[in-house]
Amino acid sequence: MSEREGLYKLTILQAGELLDRHEVASVDLANACLNRIEKKNKEINAFITVDKEAALESAAAADKRIKSGKRLGVLDGVPLGIKDVLSQKGVRTTAGSRILENYISPFDATVVSVLKKAGAVILGKTNMDEFAMGSSTESSYFGPTKNPWDLERVPGGSSGGSAAAVAADMCLGALGSDTGGSIRQPAAYCGIVGLKPTYGAVSRYGLLAMASSLDQVGPMTKDVADAEIIFSIISGKDSMDSTSSNYEYKKLDGDNLVENLKGKKIGIPKEFFGLGLKDNVRKAVENAINDFKKAGAEIIDISLPHTSYALATYYIIMPAEVSSNLARFDGIRYGLSEEGRNLIDGYLETRAKGFGNEVKRRIMLGTYVLSAGYYDAYYKKAQKVRTLVKADYDRAWEKVDVLLTPVTPSLPFKIGEKTSDPLTMYLEDVMTVPINIAGVPALVMPCGMSNGLPVGLQLIGKSFEENKIFQIAKGYEMLRGKIGGE
Amino acid sequence: MKYEAVIGLEIHAELNTESKMFCSSKNDPFHSEPNKNICPVCMGLPGTLPVMNRKALDWVIMSGLAMNCQINKFSKWDRKNYYYPDLPKGYQISQYDLPLAYKGFLEVGGKKIGITRIHLEEDTGKLIHPKGEDYSLVDFNRSGVPLMELVTEPDITTGLQAANFAQELQLILRTLGISKTNMEKGEMRVEVNISVREMGAQSFGTKVEIKNLNSFMAVEKSVDFEIHRQTEILQKGGKIVQETRGWNEDKRLTFSQRAKETAMDYRYFPEPDLPPVEISQEWLSQIKSIIPELPAERRTRYKNMGVPANYAEVLTSIGISGDYFDKVVRICKALNARSVANWIVQEEVNFQIKPEFFGDLMQLIDDKKINVTIGREVLKRLNSSPEKSPIKIVEEMDIRTLNGANELIEIIDRILKTNSQAVNDCKKGKDMAIGYLVGQVMKETRGQADSIKTREIIVSKIASGRDD
Repeated sequence: MSEREGLYKLTILQAGELLDRHEVASVDLANACLNRIEKKNKEINAFITVDKEAALESAAAADKRIKSGKRLGVLDGVPLGIKDVLSQKGVRTTAGSRILENYISPFDATVVSVLKKAGAVILGKTNMDEFAMGSSTESSYFGPTKNPWDLERVPGGSSGGSAAAVAADMCLGALGSDTGGSIRQPAAYCGIVGLKPTYGAVSRYGLLAMASSLDQVGPMTKDVADAEIIFSIISGKDSMDSTSSNYEYKKLDGDNLVENLKGKKIGIPKEFFGLGLKDNVRKAVENAINDFKKAGAEIIDISLPHTSYALATYYIIMPAEVSSNLARFDGIRYGLSEEGRNLIDGYLETRAKGFGNEVKRRIMLGTYVLSAGYYDAYYKKAQKVRTLVKADYDRAWEKVDVLLTPVTPSLPFKIGEKTSDPLTMYLEDVMTVPINIAGVPALVMPCGMSNGLPVGLQLIGKSFEENKIFQIAKGYEMLRGKIGGE
Repeated sequence: MKYEAVIGLEIHAELNTESKMFCSSKNDPFHSEPNKNICPVCMGLPGTLPVMNRKALDWVIMSGLAMNCQINKFSKWDRKNYYYPDLPKGYQISQYDLPLAYKGFLEVGGKKIGITRIHLEEDTGKLIHPKGEDYSLVDFNRSGVPLMELVTEPDITTGLQAANFAQELQLILRTLGISKTNMEKGEMRVEVNISVREMGAQSFGTKVEIKNLNSFMAVEKSVDFEIHRQTEILQKGGKIVQETRGWNEDKRLTFSQRAKETAMDYRYFPEPDLPPVEISQEWLSQIKSIIPELPAERRTRYKNMGVPANYAEVLTSIGISGDYFDKVVRICKALNARSVANWIVQEEVNFQIKPEFFGDLMQLIDDKKINVTIGREVLKRLNSSPEKSPIKIVEEMDIRTLNGANELIEIIDRILKTNSQAVNDCKKGKDMAIGYLVGQVMKETRGQADSIKTREIIVSKIASGRDD
């Protein structure tokens, strides 16, 4: 039994091979994870909702298919976690907010239904900063998630629940969402792999919108190959999302070969190595750059001159869209509903009680920048700067295959350390936000340890060239070998 | 001091597409069961996204072309943010600075009225206030129904012009088949912006908005009332209050609904969930190719065919009668368009009658084979059996032709003899009695007599006093 329980340590690819060979049942995998959740969730608080019955039911269905030789594919029978910002039919979908504490979605997000169709076993919904606003998962109404590497530290955010769940082996993989770094920063802090896909590569239908022009759903996994598996399944055009692109993922040949790194042009944007980068992080990333060099990659110094404007741009565009996207939570049709003396009063009561401070702060910021007389100075200007940031990246692809940068300036911080100062919290996003502004894909993976905490690196690619990122990341992963370890 | 009114209109029309503007829910806002035609998208559930209804886009572009507008090659969607229980997302997807169509005009009653813009947006749900209760209910059947909004230039100066513009717009939208435009149902909503200023003044006066007008008559009367009201205030040295006013149909007056405090700030910004709309030349030509004959073109065509203006107007505004007229004159080219129009407009015509049969009837009258009275009788029979040839009907009616004037005079003499009371009445100047006598002759001749001639003969006989 204990051996069976150790199943939670498997990667998706490994579990798939065992399922294919009938050496392990999906129900065993699900049970191993559910037991692990039961054991670990109290201290880590990675899951908001666990639907044990439904998980075991779909695992049993997968086993039936597998038994009759009709396994649907690589994800059939594989237990996954879903960030609670994605709608799942019949299941509570809270976005980490009190205002949706008891909201049950009547439909599946497209990515959720795609995973279900692929046979994935959904264990439950993972914790997150309220409405994905935060970099520490501390703003969740359901309490903070802890970093499995050090329970006194944050797992990052907003997809901290998914990152911690994967890092603590509570699920084999998970979905997160990334508006300004919400997949990548927690992936780095928890020592796992996370991909923020190209804007438009993955459907946003059913993703509770934070900032529509920046949001993307992506995989959070134990290794690069797993991230590629999930991405290849969830990406593609969705008729329900007009901003999704006609895109079919094509895996590049020559898997897992360090050899692939030879001759690859890796750009090092100097701007990312200022930005308050701490020495311990810098050292780990520079070691990785050396590894790439040794493997025959060409390291090219490059400049993305508008990088320093990206964060300011982000903190105008994002709250503007937030202020509008969150207007629907008015207590009329669903969610928390407080009675007032009149209509306006009811709105005020509901939203005052339903939203936390960070959400309110961003709604106020957004309402302000869109107001008559300020629109041109803020929102319109920000959109212009956005174009300039994008152009930086367009120019980069003339010289390099991918860009390599740190993910965060420093190591995971202590719980409570930054909650009183929103500005230092916002600076957490300084190396991830430009990527959302540019709309390009970026993958985060561990590159070393410092003081017992993982350090990540970020590989940024050209739009819709996730395959190139994965190829390079797999090469580096093999080169690097295992880091940390329990 | 002389004053003049400056009037502009804002007109909303619901498009009758199959599905709603941004989701696949049925477009049936008047469904009797509340919240029947709804889905997560038009309910604004978390995580939902809009997908454009291409047909609605086609239709608004079409209406723009029909009203001489420029079409924006690059158009986009914007969010109009405000809170109200009938607005599920807390914003309305609309178009702010790049509407689909702009800078057009309509000619109404010889006056050119400029069209500032036409854009597309989504309708809201509907609030229902149960009597005596302290709550309101929301019906989202209408939420997300495609809605076009047209804004005119302030070119209108009278109530009649305003009503005529709205009526012409209704006719165009019905001709295009894109909106049912029943004002009483709210399928077409006219809002008036009106101010009054000293004649010839450069600046505008204070603007008043009139809302909730559910007929063309209400548009006309409310505008005229408002011109009068505002002029009177100004003449007395008073000031106009900027406000929204309603129209009381019974009392025939406008009344203050709410004062316009500070202007609402809708915090418009580009809708990030929808890509912009790029309208190619190809797309435009394709729409152009399916625009039917427009009312203005039809009127001109009828006038050129010799149809009097008032008949041309009826044939244009009641499309089905115009269509029938066109069929008849197309099949029976020899016919006089003017008299065909006369019959179709003046008489009750069952449009099920085969156009060639109706043409045959016209020909019988034209050839003087039957007179107008008989013609009417034949038409009556045709109306109830539209499959029957009028030639056959005439045969069956066994109509004697009158052999010249002598036979008619003989009959008249006989009638006068047998109706001496009526003859006496005539002599006393009772006109009614002449009618009676003519009627008797018509009856005797089974309508074959020429009624005008008959009347002339009777009058002259009685006047000459020969009561032999």
